[in-house]
Amino acid sequence: MKTHCMYVALFGLAISIGASGYASELPETSIYHLDVKLTDQYGTAQSLDTFRGHPVVISMFYATCPNVCPVLISTIQMMERKLPADKLAQLRVILVSVDPEIDTPEILNRVAIRHRIDLDRWKLTRASPRDVRKIAALLSVKYRQLPDGEFNHTSVLTLVDNEGVVRAKSTKIPGIDESFFQAVNGIE
Amino acid sequence: MRRQKGHPVRLTSLKHKVSTVCMIVLVCCTVFAAASEFQDRMATVGPGEFHSVIPEGEKNEVIDVPGFLLDRRPVTNREFLDFSDDNPQWQRSNAFRLFVDASYLSHWLTATELGPNVAEDQPVIHVSWFAATAYCEALGARLPRWYEWEYAAAADATRADARDDPLWRQQILNWYATPGSKPLSFVGQRTANFYGVHDLHGLVWEWVDDYNALLVSDDNREQGGADKIKFCGAGAISMERKEDYAVLMRVAMLSSLEAAYTTRNLGFRCAADILEGTQ
Repeated sequence: MKTHCMYVALFGLAISIGASGYASELPETSIYHLDVKLTDQYGTAQSLDTFRGHPVVISMFYATCPNVCPVLISTIQMMERKLPADKLAQLRVILVSVDPEIDTPEILNRVAIRHRIDLDRWKLTRASPRDVRKIAALLSVKYRQLPDGEFNHTSVLTLVDNEGVVRAKSTKIPGIDESFFQAVNGIE
Repeated sequence: MRRQKGHPVRLTSLKHKVSTVCMIVLVCCTVFAAASEFQDRMATVGPGEFHSVIPEGEKNEVIDVPGFLLDRRPVTNREFLDFSDDNPQWQRSNAFRLFVDASYLSHWLTATELGPNVAEDQPVIHVSWFAATAYCEALGARLPRWYEWEYAAAADATRADARDDPLWRQQILNWYATPGSKPLSFVGQRTANFYGVHDLHGLVWEWVDDYNALLVSDDNREQGGADKIKFCGAGAISMERKEDYAVLMRVAMLSSLEAAYTTRNLGFRCAADILEGTQ
């Protein structure tokens, strides 16, 4: 009987979570359906929808990358400087490391400081190798580790709207991709 | 008094011992359960080393492949139906477009029935990388990595690496030349390879976990600047062992995929790590 009651209670709880959890209202194509755990530069764990309600630019990188990744960060920052203040205040940025073994929160935080990243609006994150593979699959990012520990990866910027639906993509780095910028500037 | 003092100490240490033994038994049971669970469906492959068609770095180094477990057969329609029955979010009527394209499981009659034209023992096709990954994860397994798949697929019935045999290579190519319009054979009908694994060649293409690690340049003449910008670190990988045409076709095919894509000749099988102490 006791177990019965517990099941009923658990069932009720499950229903109420299902009803109140706003995940069910997400559009079918929202990337926030992907169940992964990101750990940011402060060591705080969160889900991919951590910036839900804001337009977000998402990309992948790794901290010890010699060439493209610093360019990737400065490309996003260049774009931000062109945005009107009200749009900039709304925009969020998530970078996910492809090298979770090396890129600890401390290292990610150092990268943020070095590049003067606005950590009120950006998160530099890492995830488990399995989750990294899934996030890359979701964003069409290709990456592989080389024998010397470096990585090959494609640089893709993805813009998602308030609900996590992809609105624009860009592989043009360095320099500002005009159509991608227009999408960022035009998003409501 | 001394006794009273000593008693609880002995009890505690006994408790410790009991709980330690319990822990060991528990851990052993879990490990053996995992190993025997896969023993029915998976064969042990490796460890070993080989030359891949895709070198890890710029030189064609030898690739080390740690030992792993690999499904003896591709996953079948029946097995995938059982999975989607248990996990309705992966039924074709429910799965999010984010994870599967419009032709996901489109060969089945309905979301829950195979129908008269689909056999239970045919390999499942029209599955995306996300769906295949979810299936393997539900088992406590994963998709094989490319190097694992290629390593296992280098074997014929008697040799771990038969790739230098022109006859073997021709046999594989003949399989690929079979018209795609013929109904797929059942899994496990062909002779098992050296490791006891069936159907790595000649039945369906198969997803690998790191399909998106296959950075094949669109144009091999493209060198230097443009490439260096697109790929952080070194440029796109180049392919080696050009005589392994059948395997190179797989790489080319896999590298062109997106994770939500499904096609009528693309299936999968699962793999697992060998847990320490079980082998």
